[in-house]
This record gives sequence, structure tokens and C-alpha cells, in this order.
Amino acid sequence: MEYISNFFVNLGNSWTSLLSSFLPPWAVILINFIIVALLLVLMPVIATMTLTIMERKIIARIQNRIGPNRVGPWGIFQAIPDAIKLLTKEDIVPVNADKPLFNLAPLLIFLGAALLWAVIPFGRGVIGQDLNVGVLYLVAVGSISTIAIVMAGWSSNNKFALIGAFRIVAQLLSYEIPMVLAMASVVALVGTMKMGEIVELQSIPFLLILPVAFITYILAAAAETGRAPFDLVEADSEIVAGYFIEYSGLKFGWFYIAEYGNLLAVSAIAATLFLGGWRGPFADQAPVLGPLYFGIKTILIVFLLMWIRGTWPRFRIDQMLALAWKVLVPLGLFNLLWVATMIKLPLPVWLQWAFILAGNVLALLVTLTLMGQAAKRYAARRGMVGTRA
Amino acid sequence: MQSQYLFIAIFAVVALALPAIGLAVAWALRPKKPNPIKNSTYECGMETIGETWVQFRAQYYLYALIFVVFDVEAAFIFPWAVAYNQLGLYALVEMILFVAILFGGLMYAWRKGALEWR
Repeated sequence: MEYISNFFVNLGNSWTSLLSSFLPPWAVILINFIIVALLLVLMPVIATMTLTIMERKIIARIQNRIGPNRVGPWGIFQAIPDAIKLLTKEDIVPVNADKPLFNLAPLLIFLGAALLWAVIPFGRGVIGQDLNVGVLYLVAVGSISTIAIVMAGWSSNNKFALIGAFRIVAQLLSYEIPMVLAMASVVALVGTMKMGEIVELQSIPFLLILPVAFITYILAAAAETGRAPFDLVEADSEIVAGYFIEYSGLKFGWFYIAEYGNLLAVSAIAATLFLGGWRGPFADQAPVLGPLYFGIKTILIVFLLMWIRGTWPRFRIDQMLALAWKVLVPLGLFNLLWVATMIKLPLPVWLQWAFILAGNVLALLVTLTLMGQAAKRYAARRGMVGTRA
Repeated sequence: MQSQYLFIAIFAVVALALPAIGLAVAWALRPKKPNPIKNSTYECGMETIGETWVQFRAQYYLYALIFVVFDVEAAFIFPWAVAYNQLGLYALVEMILFVAILFGGLMYAWRKGALEWR
């Protein structure tokens, strides 16, 4: 019972002691690192196999369709024939392409999607490495995919691909700032960048203290993963597919896998920073429950992002950039300073947190009012339907 | 401490190896029948006209410039946020001044019309 209650950590310890009985310590560390790396590197692939079918089913239901329903019960094995098809498709490299860059881009984008998983805590002690720069590491590694996307768009030597790449640079750069500010307000509140410690110190989910940071993070995450309503980088009706237009077969497949790996990773980060990660009822007595709670919270955020994708229309590029620079950045800066001011007040912690929450709600109301007025002014200027007397 | 970054290095090697192995397997399985029409650039069935690698509109660079300013700020904000609880009141005053200067820059870019998409 004792063993089961903290199953993952105990299993790791038993395995390590088994190895130590006949191997030198450095070999044990090396073997363990390689095993953990192999497990974590599969996360984007697992995400693709499960989230594609989930997304297709959810979007289908939102649009009053049925979705895939032929392969296996309710179509749940649809991902397997898709994978086989991608694996056996002919690889077409356009003659004009810059071949070394063209071939390197799928590898690099997968690297960016996989490395995020190194610091995400699945449970107490169930984490790749609890780096002391964890949050900064996530921001830094997240930028690798930007480079890969520019490489793909530029090397394809295709005008649609290049437009897609330029759009995504503008989008990823713009939304990285609100994302950093939202993460920084959490870091300022707990005073550490270790992902494991952020969860340990989260006695109530930070969603209830920093709703503005959470909303900013979710919007920025949708933009960073290039999903609707921010999917103008791969808008099918405008630029066909954007930066991966020339890719086929498994090279396209790695872009697809990286996209869903990123979707699961940003949801997992949101669950860690704002929903209390692996914490939940009885998680302290039985840490084996931790990964379960963490998974449920992550899937809830994935569902939220899919719901947004299914119901919101696509932004125009000027609206998308205006939302980042004129709304989310000032809001994020205010939020960070508000958190910093409140935790310096000589008050009990719960009162500080109540003040932070009050400031957050107020800032949200003011922002929404100003945005509503701006929208009305815009409609009146353009003489849109329903605004003339 | 160093072993943590050793793990990241091993992880990076594994994360590059997996797609490379996948592409090798796909190379063994897939058909290889290239022809000039198939390998031409795909632009909705039309012949490509003119150069693709041309000078692009400056608007994107303006956003990149504003981004650089704010990204440098991120490198300052994270250490500040970690050490904040151990620092005195001056840390708050300092950050308010810093953000005020930054926000001034943003307002300047806004008034100059750098944030408008034209």
C-alpha cells in the first residue's frame, strides 16, 4: 500500500537501486537520463495520436456533424491509419527549395515541441529536471519553433509559404510579451522559477488570484500555437496552408506532431501555473493521484482551446496585433506592478491575495469597457450596419 | 546542477534523433517517382511569376524592433521577480520606474503609428 501510494517515485527508486547493484553511479545516472528522455520525447507523438481525434470529434459536434466514426468504436483509432498514410506518402521537394534548410526545419520544430516537456511536473518528484530557471527555460525553448517556422517558410521558395512565415513571426513575437508578463506575475507571487516549487506553493489555484494573467496566458497560448482565432498563419482560404505548404509525407507529419505537442504543452503549463498542477484532494497522502489530477486539468484546458477554435471567427492581422500591443501588453504590465505592490503591503497573505484579485477584476472590467467603446467608435467611423441613426 | 543540464543535452539529442529516425523509416517505405511537374512550386496551379526571395514590407520589422525592447525587459523582470521577496521597497520603486519608461516607449510607438497595420 505504501509502495502503491507513491508508485512512480518508488518505481524509479527501485529501478535505480537495481541498476546500482551492478553498475557504477555515473552509468546509472546516464541510463536513467536516457530512459526519461525517451519517455518524454514521445509526449508530442502521444498528444497527436489522442488530441487529433478529440479535436475532430469536438469540432464536429460544435458544427453539428458527427466526425470520424469508421475506424474502431466511435472512430477512436482514426489516428493509426492517418499515421500509416503519412509514413508511406511520397516526399516531394520542390526544385527551387533551399534543400538543407528545407530538410532541417521539421527536425528543429520537433525539437522545440519536445524540449518543453523537460521541466513540466507530472506529480511530486515526477518531473524531467526541476531546473531553477524553469519558467525562463520554457520561454527560451518555445522560441525554437519560431526559427524552425521561418526556416520552413523561407526555404520553400514559395510566396504563400513566405507570407505565412512573415505573419507568424509578427504573431509569435507579439504574443510572447503578454505570455512572459503573465508568467512573470506568477513568478513574482511565489518568488521561484522552479516549476515543481510553483506547484508546491500553490495552496489555492492561482486562477482564483490572477484571473487576468490566466486569460492573457490562454489567449497568448492560442496565438503561440497558431490556433484559431489566431490561425491566420495557416489560413487555408488565404494562403493555402502557410509555411508548410510545400511539405508532404512525414516531413509535414512532424510539423503536425509539433503543433499538437505544443498544444498539449501550453495546456500543461497553464495547468501547472494557474490550476495547481498535480494538487488535488488526497494528493498529499497518495502522490500517485497527482499525475491523474494533472492530466484532467490539462485536458480541461485543451478542451477550452478547442472550444475557442470551434466558435470564434478568425482575426484580421491588424486586429490580432492590436489585441497584443494595445490591450494585452498594458494589461500585463499593470497586472505585474499590481501584484508587486500588493505583496509589499504589510498585511496578512490572504488579504494581499484578496486585494490582488480585486485589482484583477477591476482591470478586466475597465479593459472590456474600453474595448467595447473602441469597437463602437470603429463601427461608427466605418459606417457599419446598425450604427447610423 | 551540471547533471541537470546534461539531461537537457541528452534530451535534445534524443529529440533530434526521433524525427530523423522517423524520416529514415519513411524514406524506406515511401514511393520515389519524382517528375518536373510534381516538383515545381505549388501556387494554386499557376506558373510561378518572379522572384520569391524579395524585399518585404517594413511593417514586420517595426514589430520586431518593439519586440526586442520588451524581450530585453523580460530578461530583467524574471530575476527581479525571483528575488523580489528578499528585496526591500526600492525594488518596487525601481520596477515602477522601469515599467514607466518602457510604457512611455510603447505609447511613443503607438502615437507615431508604429502599431497601426497599413
